[in-house]
Amino acid sequence: MSTLTLLGPQYRAPNLRAVLAAQGLQGPFVSISAGWQEREGELDELRSHLDAEVHDLRIYERSERVFEQDSALRSEHRQRQAELQEMQELYQLQLAHAKDAARETFVHDGTPALVRRAQRQSIAALRRLDRAHLSAIRAAHMTFNARTDHANRPAIATAVAQISRYVDQASAVLVAGGHVAVLLNRLRLLGGAALFADKPVIAWSAGAMAMCDTVALFHDSPPQGRANVEVFDQGLGLAGGAIVLPHAASRLNLADAVRVRILARRFAPTRCLTLEDGTILEFKDRKLVHGIMAHRLMRDGTLLEVTG
Amino acid sequence: MHATLRSLLVAGTPEKPVIASFLRANKFPLVAEDGVTFIYSGEADSIHLRCWISGLSAAQPFERIDGTDLWARHLELPPGSRLEYKFERRQGDHVELILDPLNPVQAADPFGANSVCQAFGYVRPDWTLEDGQARRGTLEEIHVSSAVLNDKRRAIVYLPARFRRSRRYPLLIVHDGDDYLRFAALRTVLDNLIHRLEIAPLIVACTQSPDRLREYSGYEPHARFIVEEMLQTLRAQFPLEDTSDSRGLMGASFGAVASLYTAWRYPGMFGRLLLQSGSFAFSDLGEHKRGPLFDPVVRFINGFRVAPGLPTERAYLSCGVYESLIYENRSILPLLRAQGIDVRYEEVRDAHNWENWRDRQRAGLSWLFPGPLWMVYE
Repeated sequence: MSTLTLLGPQYRAPNLRAVLAAQGLQGPFVSISAGWQEREGELDELRSHLDAEVHDLRIYERSERVFEQDSALRSEHRQRQAELQEMQELYQLQLAHAKDAARETFVHDGTPALVRRAQRQSIAALRRLDRAHLSAIRAAHMTFNARTDHANRPAIATAVAQISRYVDQASAVLVAGGHVAVLLNRLRLLGGAALFADKPVIAWSAGAMAMCDTVALFHDSPPQGRANVEVFDQGLGLAGGAIVLPHAASRLNLADAVRVRILARRFAPTRCLTLEDGTILEFKDRKLVHGIMAHRLMRDGTLLEVTG
Repeated sequence: MHATLRSLLVAGTPEKPVIASFLRANKFPLVAEDGVTFIYSGEADSIHLRCWISGLSAAQPFERIDGTDLWARHLELPPGSRLEYKFERRQGDHVELILDPLNPVQAADPFGANSVCQAFGYVRPDWTLEDGQARRGTLEEIHVSSAVLNDKRRAIVYLPARFRRSRRYPLLIVHDGDDYLRFAALRTVLDNLIHRLEIAPLIVACTQSPDRLREYSGYEPHARFIVEEMLQTLRAQFPLEDTSDSRGLMGASFGAVASLYTAWRYPGMFGRLLLQSGSFAFSDLGEHKRGPLFDPVVRFINGFRVAPGLPTERAYLSCGVYESLIYENRSILPLLRAQGIDVRYEEVRDAHNWENWRDRQRAGLSWLFPGPLWMVYE
């Protein structure tokens, strides 16, 4: 049985140590800090918090080495990334209008039955757009995998074997936050969820996002550009039926009931769950079994405390 | 007149204890949606409001409230406005400029301090205030021996939190950098915006000139100093990205002129310009009327208007609508855009002062050096 625990940000009020202790996990631990990019492996704060041995798997650095050794793979990878980026930009163009239209229908004052129908249609349009985008992303990944047979390439096989040796000796895998695209991209390159070998996984912030079926990027008040929530990629799929939203209180306007209603309906039945300081979400075999200090965005615009 | 003052006077001349109570109970100036009422309490022959904003007379007389030593002046001020002011008190032959004794809100600048009027709707941006959660960058002092200026110049270099020599960073060179640090909370702003992922971690070199009105006025040796000496020193000492879109210049007033001039003299070098309340004076016909200090500025801007070239790729331009320079800034905007420069322009209800420039930094810096906000979740 695979167990996965998702936590909120660990910067201000870390609860990782308490969570590990509650699960009887005493180390040694391996960590994935690829999302920190050039700071990968700088574990002083983490080690100090845990007071335990932690070995970083250097996923980011290993990926760079793979690309150095396998220039054909690097070239294919770059091409795939460029394609994904263009797809994302085209999706954003469409999403901006669909999102505005949905909001208009939700604040429109008119004949209730007609307004409700318009709301359903506008949400359906958003869902179609999200689904089509995610489907195109999946296809791009599959094409890349088929074309490169990347799992069987020597440079990757060597890296995966090295990583597996460390994971085998660990009592749990810790996945830190950071740059979610880099983290997910490098994890996927080196084997994805298979890397965890059924060890307990504890992931926070961007690490938690990467564990879900779908990764959504979000911000309601960026200094430049449009506020939005956009589907970005498929995740590793260990947390079933959930999209997690780290720093939701500061990044999203959760007091805006219309905003919450639209988000909840747009992604249903997938649950949109907030990850704040102190949040704990436990999954067993993809199923959410327990929650502390997390809230689910509800169809009626409210936030419901998640307990399990 | 503000409703609070009107209610004080509704029953006739108020007694001294009533006035004392009124002064204790309220914040001054009195702010309402349609304007601001300034109050002075004390003996004087006359009181004037002195503020340096375009469109208003520099000295606005107060009226004495009959039978009291209370003086009042109402000013229509649109919501969101912010203005800096002093009181001019005259008693006999004695005239003095004083801060508003009833208003604790003040703004410092290189010449001292002014009282600050925050009109209805103005709120100081939270990202200009120290945030205990934000990781702090560090400041290092460097010295540059300048053969061009025949001088040794100091610069304060801001290094972002979690600075790593193994990584390369964008660079922003700031004119009047010491003043930006002291009066426009530059360090706090950088710490906060980097911490919030709204701007990229960047290295900021704060330069200061001992003779800014000359060196910042379109002075070729200054541009040469920045590019051939300051930039070279920074390149040698810090890990900098080496593309024009990762190099920027910033400045306010004459500092904006120096920034534009340097980029103009070295096209392709600085892909990012942050220009605040630029003193972009020019003359279409005849003599300009801004005095001899502006002669070199006008020569440069007139030349720039004839042959702007492509000094940069992206720019942020801002100006207060209460500045006399608003006309010049509005005039240069279409010229920059016509060259294909991607310009973000902002007008605000403020004047030519450091807190105006402080409050615009988020918009400017995030436009020029956007951070990884969408992608990073720590």
